[in-house]
Amino acid sequence: MTDTIKSLAALLAEGKTSSVELCRDYLARIERLNPALNAFVTVDAEKTLREAAAADARRAAGQAGVLTGVPIAHKDIFCAEGWLTTCGSKMLSNFVSPYDAHVIEQFKAAGMPCLGKTNMDEFAMGSSNETSYYGPVRNPWDTDRVPGGSSGGSAAAVAGRLAPAATGTDTGGSIRQPAALTGITGLKPTYGVVSRYGMIAFASSLDQGGPMATTAEDCALLLNVMAGFDPRDSTSLERGKEDYTRDLERPLAGLKIGLPREFFGAGLTGDTARAVEEAINQLKKLGAQTVEVGLPNSKLSVAAYYVLAPAEASSNLSRFDGVRYGYRTPEYKDLNEMYEKTRAEGFGSEVKRRIMIGAYVLSHGYYDAYYLQAQKLRRLIAQDFVEAFKQCDVILGPTAPTTAFKLGEKTADPVEMYLSDIYTIAVNLAGLPGMSLPCGFDAQGLPIGLQLIGDYFAEARMLNVAHQYQLASDWHTRAPTL
Amino acid sequence: MQWETVIGLEVHSQLSTKTKIFSGASTAFGAEPNSQACQVDLALPGVLPVLNKGAVERAIKFGLAIGAKLNRTNIFDRKNYFYPDLPKGYQISQFTLPIVEAGELTVQVEGDKPGDKAVEKTVRITRAHLEEDAGKSLHEDFHGMTGIDLNRAGTPLLEIVSEPDMRSAREAVAYAKALHTLVTWIGICDGNMQEGSFRVDANVSVRPLGQAEYGTRREIKNLNSFKFLEQAINYEVRWQIEQIEDGHRVEQATVLFDPDTGETRMMRSKEDAHDYRYFPDPDLLPVKLEEDWIEQVRATLPELPQQKQARYQADLGLSAYDASALTASRAMADYFEAVVAGLVKQDAKLAANWIMGDLSATLNREGVDIAASRIPAGQLAALLARIQDATLSGKLAKQVFEALWAGEGEVDAIIEARGLKQVSDSGALSAIIDEVLAANAKSVEEFRSGKEKAFNALVGQVMKASKGKANPAQVNELLKKKLGAG
Amino acid sequence: MSLSLQDVQRIAHLARIRVDEAEAAGYQAQLNGIFGLIEEMQAVDTSGVAPMSHAQDLSQRLRADSVSEPDRRAAFQAVAPQVENGLYLVPKVIE
Repeated sequence: MTDTIKSLAALLAEGKTSSVELCRDYLARIERLNPALNAFVTVDAEKTLREAAAADARRAAGQAGVLTGVPIAHKDIFCAEGWLTTCGSKMLSNFVSPYDAHVIEQFKAAGMPCLGKTNMDEFAMGSSNETSYYGPVRNPWDTDRVPGGSSGGSAAAVAGRLAPAATGTDTGGSIRQPAALTGITGLKPTYGVVSRYGMIAFASSLDQGGPMATTAEDCALLLNVMAGFDPRDSTSLERGKEDYTRDLERPLAGLKIGLPREFFGAGLTGDTARAVEEAINQLKKLGAQTVEVGLPNSKLSVAAYYVLAPAEASSNLSRFDGVRYGYRTPEYKDLNEMYEKTRAEGFGSEVKRRIMIGAYVLSHGYYDAYYLQAQKLRRLIAQDFVEAFKQCDVILGPTAPTTAFKLGEKTADPVEMYLSDIYTIAVNLAGLPGMSLPCGFDAQGLPIGLQLIGDYFAEARMLNVAHQYQLASDWHTRAPTL
Repeated sequence: MQWETVIGLEVHSQLSTKTKIFSGASTAFGAEPNSQACQVDLALPGVLPVLNKGAVERAIKFGLAIGAKLNRTNIFDRKNYFYPDLPKGYQISQFTLPIVEAGELTVQVEGDKPGDKAVEKTVRITRAHLEEDAGKSLHEDFHGMTGIDLNRAGTPLLEIVSEPDMRSAREAVAYAKALHTLVTWIGICDGNMQEGSFRVDANVSVRPLGQAEYGTRREIKNLNSFKFLEQAINYEVRWQIEQIEDGHRVEQATVLFDPDTGETRMMRSKEDAHDYRYFPDPDLLPVKLEEDWIEQVRATLPELPQQKQARYQADLGLSAYDASALTASRAMADYFEAVVAGLVKQDAKLAANWIMGDLSATLNREGVDIAASRIPAGQLAALLARIQDATLSGKLAKQVFEALWAGEGEVDAIIEARGLKQVSDSGALSAIIDEVLAANAKSVEEFRSGKEKAFNALVGQVMKASKGKANPAQVNELLKKKLGAG
Repeated sequence: MSLSLQDVQRIAHLARIRVDEAEAAGYQAQLNGIFGLIEEMQAVDTSGVAPMSHAQDLSQRLRADSVSEPDRRAAFQAVAPQVENGLYLVPKVIE
């Protein structure tokens, strides 16, 4: 079954189903399939059904919004009052949030029941969902393979149709790369469009929440709910409410697609290269033109990212000290030992690695050579995009260099894992919107993702291109057999 | 060897906002532990800071008051270190680009001995930056553990850093007091030192007199009274000189002052060389100060202590010492100006003498602030007017003053009720003098034989006979006339 | 550049993460691998380039100075490891 949230909203509006009924169906599917996929950390049927009943009551009272009653799963990085909120870590294994993230508030206000909290790489640090304290998530297309990360639980839940939609967050590709590896559609908005309040911080200047669903149209509907100014986040943008569905039906005639030569170089081979080529041809048939653009500094994005993100993370994660909430080591003889054991036991090894990288690049004598240099490169990388968007409306390329890899295949070598995000990271550094949508399968039947990158605040245009492509293709309708 | 002391101060002034610098939690003092620590102050996962406009406005006010440069763009950094009273594991502070830079404050430093002329000293203020306060660690015994109260966490502070321009504890105290006066004067800080609203760190070093390079400094942390500041610096200077004279080196260190022993000691918790890993806080954007905002704030600035001092000297003819004393607080200056304004015949010196003399002594004795004086400025002015019109002698005026303080009513009513009116009627006085001269023939003889002292004894007798109410000047005049000496 | 075992222990302590000797060697190898990846950026001439801290070139919004947060101590301390009399308890702090 491929139930888009659009179709579910229509069924609810027509009175052909109820939110309670929908939630029961999804909860049953979660109960059946989650043991194999491990996409959810927390499921609480009672809470979900209570929210569903409230949504039905709201509809009965004639106060339903567009998506009232449609269920959604939330990445376990979003604080939700009364829900265990772990961020994939032992450190927060006992943390029941006393407050709601802005994103959660928005979905509650829309009347969308929460199906549960999805698994993720610990503190969103990872590209395979293998760093979660709650065990790896498995790719619904092949359970020996990873779903990508860090929003791997959300991606697997949507791909496996355990949820019609889910929230994700993207710091270096954490929405787009798992969307690509699981054959779904995911969007990272322009930095500042979605409030970060209540979204547990990994790298504050890069983190951005966004929707994950089966279609671009669904992403547009979800973004209408998620986006919006929030005075509690100083980096939240003061812009009026936007209708992200407004351009969906716009024809692509005259659209200029930029193809960065750096994305189509030696690194891109085989099935991914072929599928992306075919997608380009399809878009041309729909009236688009292509133009080659240059992003000469994008090759430095991984290096700059692995300075900036760990630096911010090392500081952001200092609050996990066993004093006010979360895990505290059971035995300690003094304060220093309490800190050091709590953090050694509460964090997994990838998180500890990144904290140490961050502490190092910020430490005395290294700041200029690493942190400052990386910030300067960030400027150069962002300027490349400014130049490129003078020649095109959207930029297109692959989302990930490979399709889903095997569990354990890259865990031994962090560097190889980090290169999984080689095409997505530059977008975060620049603060631009980007999305991934399915554009084919490789020889092993694994999904391939197509990445679109928009100019600042060009989400609606990007969604337009994706939607038009999806009207002319059916990759997004394919579901794995489970 | 002659030694020179070099002192720079870092003052943490708590800004008088209603809410925290980055959250909407209250800053009211004395609440139940952790009842004013919201999710942002507690650093719950996912929370974010939003800057309080009131804190920025107060920093601008301070910058304007010390004639400093206001950085039109200033930024917040993170200072990373672990401490249980620091919930985020970093303090948000301004490191590279503070809001205020390069100001100065001119202060009056009293001389060595009472009566020595005060010396003017200008202390350069390197910078003043906004930052958040930490919580409090309570060391009473909780089964051998420490209790953490985060109500204070996130309270806005303005850290005011001076150049190492002071050369003695006395100069440091004068500067600290002037700064305390200024921040309370312009209303950005309540100045309550017991509650920790104004805390001083002193960087102290010594060097041989004439040497250009500074010696190694030690930082005395968290001094919360001017007395402790003076004691701590004096102890520290003696200690450092002894160290060097004994052939040791002074190592850079952070020390605490123990008021019970009067000594400084090293802080044990600062064992590792600090590596704060400062970097710009990605959760906060650069703060931009618009010109019209700055001008709006400037318009709210009151006349400043230094400006008043200059005016008191130039326009009112007061000494530098008097002008400085009368501007020790805004309430003091307001009171003084109200008294002067209440006098028909302007006499600032008379007002100054009474305020700095009898009134200050009484306020001190009773432990009352001038703003709460039991004698309102209008009544003091009325009293002084009675001195000016010769109704009261100085001595009688003191009696009226005491009666005013005791709440016996208004000036003229007290004079009336107590019958304190000075006798200036020459007929009545003449009669008293005649009686006195008749009864003191011996003194009259002595005076006539050239003993000037005898004249004073006669004046005393007349005053006594008039129960102190005689106008002394008139007594003098009449007496001389009657004795044929006039 | 390469990190020594002492560097690893120094930054682990800065980050308050206990790392035993065996772990330190593992971290040393991995961190050096990662720094190998990062090193490539040193070759780029960035003179005259302004560092970029934020995605948007905007300025800080200011909040009105009015109390908006109620006392939620009970809810916040419900998730705390150790509290007494409204205080968070930690091992003895020595100043």
